[in-house]
This record gives sequence, C-alpha cells and structure tokens, in this order.
Amino acid sequence: MIIDLPRFVAAERAYWDELHAALAKLEAEPERRLPLAEIERLHYLYERSSSDLSRLDTFSTEPRLRAFLESLVSRAYSVIHETRAPSKIRWKSAAVAFPRAFQRHLGAFRLAVAVTLLGCAFGWFALHVDPRNKAILMPFAGLQESPSERVKQEENARQDRLKGVKASFAAQLMTHNTQVTILALAMGVTFGVGTLILLFYNGVILGAVATDYIVGGQGVFLAGWLLPHGSIEIPAILLGGQAGFILAGALIGWGDRTPRVVRLRAVAADLVAIVSGAGVLLIWAGTVEAFVSQYHQPVIPYGLKIAFGLCELAALSLFLGWAGRE
Amino acid sequence: MSNRRATSLTIETPEGMEFSFDLASPVTRSLAWMVDVAAIGVLTKAAGKACELLGHMSQDWATAISVILYFAVSIGYGIVLEWRWHGQTLGKRVMGLRVVDAQGLRLQLSQVVLRNLLRLVDMLPLVYLVGGVASFCSRNCQRLGDLAAGTIVARERSAHAVDLEQMAPAKYNSLLAWPHLAARLRSLATPESVSIAVRAVSRRDGYEPLARIELFQELAAYFQSLVEFPEAAREGLTDEQYVRSVLRVVYGGRRG
Repeated sequence: MIIDLPRFVAAERAYWDELHAALAKLEAEPERRLPLAEIERLHYLYERSSSDLSRLDTFSTEPRLRAFLESLVSRAYSVIHETRAPSKIRWKSAAVAFPRAFQRHLGAFRLAVAVTLLGCAFGWFALHVDPRNKAILMPFAGLQESPSERVKQEENARQDRLKGVKASFAAQLMTHNTQVTILALAMGVTFGVGTLILLFYNGVILGAVATDYIVGGQGVFLAGWLLPHGSIEIPAILLGGQAGFILAGALIGWGDRTPRVVRLRAVAADLVAIVSGAGVLLIWAGTVEAFVSQYHQPVIPYGLKIAFGLCELAALSLFLGWAGRE
Repeated sequence: MSNRRATSLTIETPEGMEFSFDLASPVTRSLAWMVDVAAIGVLTKAAGKACELLGHMSQDWATAISVILYFAVSIGYGIVLEWRWHGQTLGKRVMGLRVVDAQGLRLQLSQVVLRNLLRLVDMLPLVYLVGGVASFCSRNCQRLGDLAAGTIVARERSAHAVDLEQMAPAKYNSLLAWPHLAARLRSLATPESVSIAVRAVSRRDGYEPLARIELFQELAAYFQSLVEFPEAAREGLTDEQYVRSVLRVVYGGRRG
C-alpha cells in the first residue's frame, strides 16, 4: 500500500516547518535554556516527525521526502538525547580543565615518566658501554663535539650567534615540539605502542646527552643549558605521552565493560585539555630556549639559569598538582 | 545501533525509531581532502605574502610569524571550519559531506579537535595511507581519527522538503478519468517499482537523451503491463508523461 502523499505532506508540513525552525534556533544558540512548555512542544514535534518517518517507511517510497524527514528527526534526536553540555570555549574554565584532566589521569602520566626514564637509562647504558654510540644516539651536529670543547666555545663567544634569528628559531622550536606532543597523543591510537616508542626514544637522547656532559665534567653547564626551557618542554612532551596513554587505555579498556565508543567519549575532553595545555607550555618553552637557554656564562650566570629553571618547574608542579583540585 | 548495510549507519532511537546516515566513501573523502589541501595552500600562500610585507621591518619576526601561521593554518583549518560550520570544511561542503557524531548526538568541540589532531597518524607514511587503509577496513568507513573521536563522515541530506509539483504536476491527469483502473494501479504498483520511477523522474536531466527515452519506455511498458488503460487515456502522452501520470495516481491524486 502507498499513502496519499500530497495529503500526507499537506497535513504534516506545518509540524515539520515548526520543528525545523525550533532546531535552527537551538543550533544557533546551543546554550539557550528552553522553558518547560517549549521543551514539551519540541518533544511532541520530534515524536510526531518520527512517527511520520515511520509511516513513510512502511507505506511509501518517496526517497527525497524520506531523506528530508530523516534529516529532521536526526537533528531533533541529537538535541533531545544529548546529555553533554554544549561546547563553548571559556578561557577561565579551560585553564582549570587542564590541571584537572592531568590530575584525573595521574597513572598515565607516571607511565609516561617511567618510559622516558627507562629510555634515559638505556641512553646512559649505551654510551657507558661504548662512547662511539654517541654518533648513533645523538644524530645532531651540535652534539657531536666533546662537551668541554663546546663549553669553551660557548663561554668564549664574542658574538651572538642567534642575532637576527632568535624569533624565527623560537617559532621553529614551538612548532616542532608541539608537533611531537601531538604525535605522542595521536600515537596512542596504536594501542599506546607508538607513544611508548616515541617517549622511549626521547628518553634515550636525553639520557645520552646527560651522560655525555656529566661524564665530561660539564654537569653545571648542562643544567644551565637545559633547565630554563627543559623544565617546561620535557613535562609538556610527557603530557602528550600521558594523553597518548589515556587514549590507548580507552581503546583497550582493561577491566572496563563499557563499550569502546563510550570509553573514548568519556576521555575526549580530557585529551583535548591536556594537549592544549601542553601546547601553551611549549610556546613558553620555545621562547625561553631561544632567548635565554642559548646564552651562557658570562652573559647569564649558570646559577641564575638553574634557579630560573627550578622556579619554573616548581610553578608548573604546583599548577598541575593543585590548580582546580576537586 | 546497527549496520544495515556497509554504506550506511543506522541509529535506533530509544523511541524505537530508526534513521540512517549515508556514509561517505573513501574516494569522495579523498576528493574533499584535495579541495581542502588546495584551500590550505591558498591560505598559507596568502599568509606568506602578508609576512613578506612585514619583512621590510624585521626579517626575523616575519619568518617567525610565517612559520607559526603555516603551522596554525595546517593544524587549525579543519578544527575551526568543522566547528564553525557544524562538521564541514570547504572540501566537505563542495562534496556534500559532513562530520557527524557516530551515535547521532551533537558533535562536540573535543571530537572535532581529536579527529583533526589524529590526522597526524592517519597521514602516515604519506598521502593518508594509514587513514585510507583504516577506513577501507573499518565497518563505518572511519579513519583512525574518526574511531578515536567517535565520529563518521556522512553524505549531507537534503534539508528541504520534496517538491511534489516538480515530480508529478497536479494538472489534468487522463488516467484519473478511469477511477477503477487508477485504484487498481495504486494497489498493484509495488513500492520498488514506484521508487525506481521516482528516481528516474528526479534524475531525468542527468541521463543521456537516448538512455532516458529507453528508461521511460521500459517503465511505461511495465506500468501498462500492470493495468491496461484504454487508448484514449494514453493518447498524446509520451512514455515519460505516462510515467509521471502514473506517479500522480499512485501518490494519491484523486483529482481528474
């Protein structure tokens, strides 16, 4: 049987138009709170349109009308059944959302730290066993010379080698490190394997560089060079790793019987808060690395640089550990 | 929620209703992506030109700003547009696609950000190989970013009500002069055959002239085989006009 389509459309069109107008209004202002009477009317229109779609399914075959009604019903469904608050960027709550998300997933952060430390230990071990591994572990031209030679050159430099390129150097550092942090998150989709490899590799380089300078008797230079920016940059990358492990955890769902899609939905906002926070930290770290870290004694005393780095680390720890505590 | 067929995702509401999204194929998505790549190219080029002007004041700052703008545009393009345009980028708009929540709910900012950040993995090792393989293997044509964000890319549906007048004009219909035969046709026409006729009418301008003539010839012959109207009813009607008259009869035209 096929329904009398013109009569059906004529009878129902007013309701569809009313629902369409109500939805357009709600889509334009998702935060608008409806009075009870309007909610009831919206629900009535949704149910009526659903029933029309059902009748069309059973008795008619007009594909374009069906598509129109499906579109209307699906839009109404997304408004009526959505339980999450509408997304709106509020800077104040975003600043608190970041440490809160960090605190909620401390286990994932500890795992990121542990993997990086394991990488550091491997870097130390590989260099300790055979110093020639330096060329493989640290494939960067600037790190190939002996630490004492580099320190001598840096301390005796009469010219600012970053003169006229400091801002562009900072921009490159910011974008590169942000990309690494996003990659650490994104690699979580490989069930965490990619994140694990990335953090471990980062740790290996860090461990090898630290070993090279400490064994070469340049521990103070190393601290003065790395701490001003590293005290923010390294935690930011670890935060990317934390996000990657949270994503992997939601994908795997150990001991969690809720469907995967629900688990992923539950962590999505936290992932975005953590990565966005890490991105902001990396803007600071890039600026400090270009404008402060590359200047050594006698331009900036090591003690001052180390103290600056430690203060940054303390401030970051306080912010992440205490801000927005629930 | 269940899969009716590989090309659509069906959502079952708590009220027992079902509606479906037509999933975009990887090919259509690739075309949309190409449009987006071109748009990103234009935007970054424009930003680069603007920075060149700034270079007269400070080359260092001009380079810094262009590096940051390039990064911001390439990462932020998808996020900003999909958020502001409710799941669409320029490419998706052109190709009639839209990102929607895989459960039919409202698309959240966190979902948009997540699916765009995970592009970094989907693009590996080059030209979306990982994402392409993932969407070919995935039940709902989802790349990894979509899987993690709980989104799908669907074909845009018409938000405008159907125009019955264009499909089957309500002018004089000779078939309705024989109401008993019209009633018989209404009861015998199967939904499938009517659906084919509706599609043929709505897409008639897209067919080659010869193919269109053949198609309507076959449809007219089929409907005539169901109910044979007297010669007077068919007089002066082309096959296409006959099929349109049949549709008007079937969809309830009770006027003569």
